[in-house]
Formats: sequence, structure tokens, C-alpha cells
Amino acid sequence: MTPTGYLLQHLWLIPLFPLVTAALMLFFGRRIPKNAVSMFCVGSVGLSFVYALGAVMQLLAAGPEQRVAQQILFEWLTPGPMQMSGGHLVRFVADWGYLLDPLSCVMVLVVTGVGFLIHVYSIGYMGHEGGYYRFFGYMNLFMFSMLTLVLANNMLLMFVGWEGVGLCSYLLIGFYFLRKSATDAGNKAFIVNRIGDAGFILGILLTAMTLGTVRFTSVGLPDVAANPGILQSLNSAVAAHALASGAPVLTAIALLLFVGATGKSAQLPLYVWLPDAMEGPTPVSALIHAATMVTAGVYMVVRMNAIYQLAPIAMDVVAVVGVVTAIFAASMALVQNDIKKVLAYSTISQLGYMFLALGAGAFAAGIFHLMTHAFFKALLFLGAGSVIHAMSGEQDIQKMGGLWNKIPATARTFFVATLAIAGIPPLAGFFSKDEILGRAFERHPDLWFVGFLTAGMTAFYMFRLVFLTFLGYSRADEHAEKHIRESPPTMTVPLMILAVLSVIGGWIGWPAALGGSNQFEKFLEPVTQSYFVAPFEGRLSVNATPLLGHEGPFATETSREELLRVVEERNKKPSALEYLLMFASIGIAVGGIWLAYQFYRTKRIAPELVAAKVPRFYQLLLHKYYVDEIYDAAVVDRVKDLGTALGVFDAKVIDGVGVDGTGWLARFGSTLSMWWDKWIIDGLLNFSAKLTQLSSFPVRFLQTGTFSSYAMLILVGLAILLAYYGHHMQVLMRGAR
Amino acid sequence: MLPIGHYLFLGLALFIIGVIGVVTRRNVIIVLMSIELILNAVNINLVAFSRLYGDVAGQVFALFIIADAAAEATVGLGIIIAFFRNRETVLADEMDLLKW
Repeated sequence: MTPTGYLLQHLWLIPLFPLVTAALMLFFGRRIPKNAVSMFCVGSVGLSFVYALGAVMQLLAAGPEQRVAQQILFEWLTPGPMQMSGGHLVRFVADWGYLLDPLSCVMVLVVTGVGFLIHVYSIGYMGHEGGYYRFFGYMNLFMFSMLTLVLANNMLLMFVGWEGVGLCSYLLIGFYFLRKSATDAGNKAFIVNRIGDAGFILGILLTAMTLGTVRFTSVGLPDVAANPGILQSLNSAVAAHALASGAPVLTAIALLLFVGATGKSAQLPLYVWLPDAMEGPTPVSALIHAATMVTAGVYMVVRMNAIYQLAPIAMDVVAVVGVVTAIFAASMALVQNDIKKVLAYSTISQLGYMFLALGAGAFAAGIFHLMTHAFFKALLFLGAGSVIHAMSGEQDIQKMGGLWNKIPATARTFFVATLAIAGIPPLAGFFSKDEILGRAFERHPDLWFVGFLTAGMTAFYMFRLVFLTFLGYSRADEHAEKHIRESPPTMTVPLMILAVLSVIGGWIGWPAALGGSNQFEKFLEPVTQSYFVAPFEGRLSVNATPLLGHEGPFATETSREELLRVVEERNKKPSALEYLLMFASIGIAVGGIWLAYQFYRTKRIAPELVAAKVPRFYQLLLHKYYVDEIYDAAVVDRVKDLGTALGVFDAKVIDGVGVDGTGWLARFGSTLSMWWDKWIIDGLLNFSAKLTQLSSFPVRFLQTGTFSSYAMLILVGLAILLAYYGHHMQVLMRGAR
Repeated sequence: MLPIGHYLFLGLALFIIGVIGVVTRRNVIIVLMSIELILNAVNINLVAFSRLYGDVAGQVFALFIIADAAAEATVGLGIIIAFFRNRETVLADEMDLLKW
């Protein structure tokens, strides 16, 4: 039974609501009162959430294998013939269509749900700021772009959303555009993302050239045979032995797409924009730079997982980049003093975890962590915003402290989120992080070990944040101290809802080892299992797998059953190792918390002394490994030098030789031409005139000008004429008579 | 009836007087008057031959020429007045702008 329902046939409504209000705000917002702005903008996102929830319900009514709803609004680029790299022609289609499958279900609910809570929060947080309507206009435009990104049914449309969220990110980072640091941060985010996007575009083009399509899948569409999607094309190419696991072109596609993902999801080496992006208003950091936009890279890799699973080298790259980013960013978070910067590095680190999961082949675990991370990181950012709000704009945690009872709701929800991110069971972060670490261990113990260390560091820096911000004595200045107050309910209620989600959000993926059944992974299986086990463990041929309801030519029943059996087996066996890893994760989390306690509560270890013991390393961390400085020296300054050199080239060669030289030539040419005109052309005319004058010299004196002389001449002439013809006249007259 | 020769002689005399007037006189008004004489010489010839041959067409022609002479005198005098306003002269030898 294919899924049906009103909402599934009108998926386009979900992104439409925020688009309408965004247009309203950006065109007429100045004239709309604040209350109406809040109502429209928050309401439209709420409406999107309700519609998304309804659509997901209708999709869930279908069986697990049939959960694909796809709908094409119109053919976006006119279909035309395209020559593939193989040389034969295909009919290339790019449509404006929406796809709802388990993966986009998760994304659309996270985006609209968390997005809605953050919008509600923004009513309180942005209430006193100028440009209220502009803020909400951008936010709604962001929601539209993000929903286009996650609901798109092909890579090109996904790219539209991808660029749209990038634009909104830029606009919102630079929201306080009178502050130079904010506009600089916006520029940095935009430019660094461009580098990643270049890779993404090349990846899309290479996919189109290799597979002849950019549509993810054609399941659920009437024209499957005529316009196969990426999954279908890949399946037939593998079946025809045109492509195999590890084919260079697939590795190239996967790596190019991953370059795009590193830009958007702030992975090494393109992560540098995210810490600076904290210049934007805090709800923006929560929505865009923690919960949704930065996870677009993760989503994209999972969406293209069929290609990744056929490119083991690219998978290794993803895993290594992810885990290195995770520990690298976590180490920088250890020493930051800006509350938002700590969270920013933490976000980079958690995104690294997600990529570690993807690289290890645990796509569902990556998305699982994406979801739980959206809950607790949004909560952390919103909590941080509430703290900043209470502290009259102070962001330095060295100047906070003792806020636990002064802003109780914020402090307690923040603490819940901290437990969740630290990986304390049974909060959300524990399940997703444990799942990732377990799968990383299966892939390679070294990957697990680095991730394991990162988990300890995460617990440490998060509890450092909590201890310095909420506990101990207050280090705030007098002015800020006097104005500390709890935020209004529009801000604290979303915090509480997110806190609940941070607690229970992970239960949906309760692992088999603890008596659950990991419903989450099962739910995503139709999307992620397409090539599932094969490339890593070598147990099954790649051709054996069913592709999202579409049977490949090699997908015989026996091999499919065998695949399912292997999957089932792995899900079932709760080995001793699994328990060991789980206890190790909990152990290191608790260890990190204990260390933070020693450092910042009991003061048995003085942070200053530790820093003094390893001054070089401390300085390295404090200066964020000098990456910004290295980039400045290696890239930015070189680009500027190139600009200067081009300027000199422009002045000397283009202007000097090109423009001035041409000018000189033109002037020289016109001088020549003028000479020619004056002496040759005019000269000829004058010459002929002179000649006429000269030749007329003897006769023109006949013209006396006096009419009596003319009359005389006429008379004389007449007389001569008469004398000459007199004879004939006589004859004529005689004849007449 | 007088023989035709008398009429022709009168016409010839008037014509020669007119031509001499046109060629020799400096005053343009007198030149105009001389032209009238020439035209009237022609008229006498026409009327004489008309009577000789008993054909009335010659007399009709003469009437046309009289009307034409009146018109010509009007235009001519107009030109002279306009010229006089510009140059304050009616002497023909000073009207030499077309020379050379």
C-alpha cells in the first residue's frame, strides 16, 4: 500500500507558510505592529510544524517498505538531452518536487519543531531589539530554505535550499550590522561556505554526468522507468558492472559532496566560520548554528549514502575528518571564556561525532545524534541566551557565577542539557553518542578511542561552563548584578519543552543491548540500508540489496534474506564488548565531570597552575591553534597580496598599456586622419574649385550685373539671329502668302 | 483703308524707341515705361494683322497683352519700390550684385 493522504499530496504547503510570512515581513514589515509580527511569523512556523506532523502521521500509516511520498509540483528546468560521461544521451530532468521518506520525516520534524520553539523564544529575546520584523523575516526565510533543503527530491533543489540557508545565515550573523565584527563574521561565514559549495556543485555535476540524474529516487513517481533516480541508476550501473564498489568516479563524487558538507557543517578545515558566527543574536545561533543548518551536511551525506557506501575511501575520509574535528574542537572548547564560543566549539565537536558515525557506516546513528543534538544544543544556546539576557549582555563566564537560584528555570534546564550532552544515561545524548562510539569501535578501535577521549573532554568543558556560570560566588559587576532577573515565560517555556525532549528524545533509539529495539534505526532502515553491510565487512555482494522498494536485477530473494539476517543478527547480539564500551563512555563522562568539579568547585586543582605547567599548550589552545592566524597568513593575506598585485597590474598594464596606449594610438590615428582630411580630401575639393575659377577667368567678365548690358546683349544676339535666318524667313513668308 | 505698311512702320518705330529706352536709360522706371512701349508696338502689329486678315484672334491677343502689361507694370513697380527701400536708388547701373 502506498502512503496516501491530503497532507502527503500537499507537501509544498509545509515550506510555503514561512515563505509567505517572510515575504510579508521583508516587503511590508515596517508597517506591521510587533504583536502582529510575532503572531504571523511564529504562527506560520507552528502551522508548518502541525502540517509536517500530520504528513508524517499519514506516511507512518504505510508499511515500513512503502514509506515514500513524492510529489512533483512542476518541471523546473525544461527536460532536455544531456550527454553523460559514458557518451550516451539521457533525458535530464530537474523538477521542483518534494520527497517525504523516513529521513526527511526526522529532519522536517526537527526543523519545524525546534524551529517553532526557538521562534517562540525569540519573541521574548528579541522583544527589545530594533529590526524586530527584519529578524523574523529572515528567520522565516531561513525556515523556508531549510524545509526546501530537507524536503527536496533532487540535488539541484536541495542546492537551492542549501544556498538559501547560507544566505539567511549570512544575513542573521550580520543582523547587528552596525557592529563591524558582526558584518565581518557574516562575510567570513559566507565566503568559507562558498569554498565548500564549490565542491558541492562539482559533486552534483559529476553525479549528473555519471548517473544521468539528480533526482534522489523515482519511487513513488509515475515515470520511474523514463527518469530513474540516483538510487535506480546506481543500482542498474552496479548490476551492469559499469560501476563497482570503490570506483574512482564514485569516490570523487563522495569526496566533492563531502567538501560541501565540511563547509556547511563546520568540519576541518572549513570550521573557522562557526565560532565567529556567534556574533548573531542567540536564537540564530540556536536555530541555525546548532540545531538545523549546520546539520545540513550530515543530512546530505546520509541522503547520498548509496554513493558513499560504494566509496570506502571516501567513508574513511569522512570518519577521520569527523573524529579529528571532534577532538580538535573539544580541546579548544576547554579554555574558552565566552559562553557562546564554548557552545560553538562544542557544536563543531558534536558535528564531528555525526560525521564519525557516517564514516563508520552508521548513518542512522548519525541522524539520531543529529536529532538529540538539536534538542540539547538548542536548549544550551537558548539557555545561554537567557543567561546573557539576565546578565545585561555579559558573555564572559569569568564574570558570572552564582546564578543557580537567581534564574532557576534557565539554570535547571541548562543543567539538564549539560547532562544530556555529557552522555549521562538515560538522557538523549547518551544513547546517540553511545551508538556512534559503538559503531566506531566496530569500524576501527582508534576511531573509538579518539571519540572516547572527546566524550570526556565534552563532559569536562560543559561542566566547567555550568560551574562557572551558575555555581560559586558572583563575579558580575554591580550594574549587571542589580538587573539579574529570570526571563519571561515566552523564553522559559521553550526551554522547559526542550529540556523534556533532551531527556526523553533518546528513548526512541533505546539500544537492543539495554532491552530496547532501537526503533529509530529500524525507522531509517529503508533509507540507509540500501548497500548497508557490504562494502565494510565484505560479507555480502553489493548487488544483493533492495533499494527502497525497487528491486535491482541482482536482488534475488535469497541474498536479500541473507542481508536482512546479518542485519538482524548484529542488532540482536548484545556482546560483552558492547556493555564494556557503554560503561567506558559513562565512566569517562563521569571522569570529566569529576575533573571539572575538582578544578572549578573544590579548587583542589587550580586551573592557573595547570596552565602554567604546560604554557605552550595552553597558549596554543587559547589561541585556537592559531588556525585563524595561519589562514590569514596562508590564504587571506595571499589573496590580499594577489589583489594588490592585480591592482598594480591593472594600473600599469591594463590602464597604462591597454587604455592609455589605445588612447595614444587613437589620438595618433586621428591626427593622421585629420591631416589626410585637411590636405588630401579638402585639398582635392579646393583644387577643383580653384581650377573652375581659373578656367572661368576669361568669360565671367561678361557678367556685368547691369541688366541694360544684358538687354543689349540680347538685342545684339537677336539681331545676329535675324540677320542669319533673314533669308529663310523671307522664303517662309513668301510661301505663306 | 490704310495699307498695312503704315501700321507696321508705326509699330517698328515704337519698338525701336522702346528698345533704345531699355538699353540706354539708367532709371529703371523709364526702362519699365520703355517696355510698355515695346509691348504696345507688338499690340499695334497684332491689331493691324488682325484687320488685314479679318481674323479677330489678333485683337483678343492684344487685349491679353494689355492685361499682361498692367500686371507686369504692377510687379515691376513693386520690385522697384522694394529695391529702393533697400538701396535708395532706382538707377540700373547700380543694380550690379550679380556681376562676375
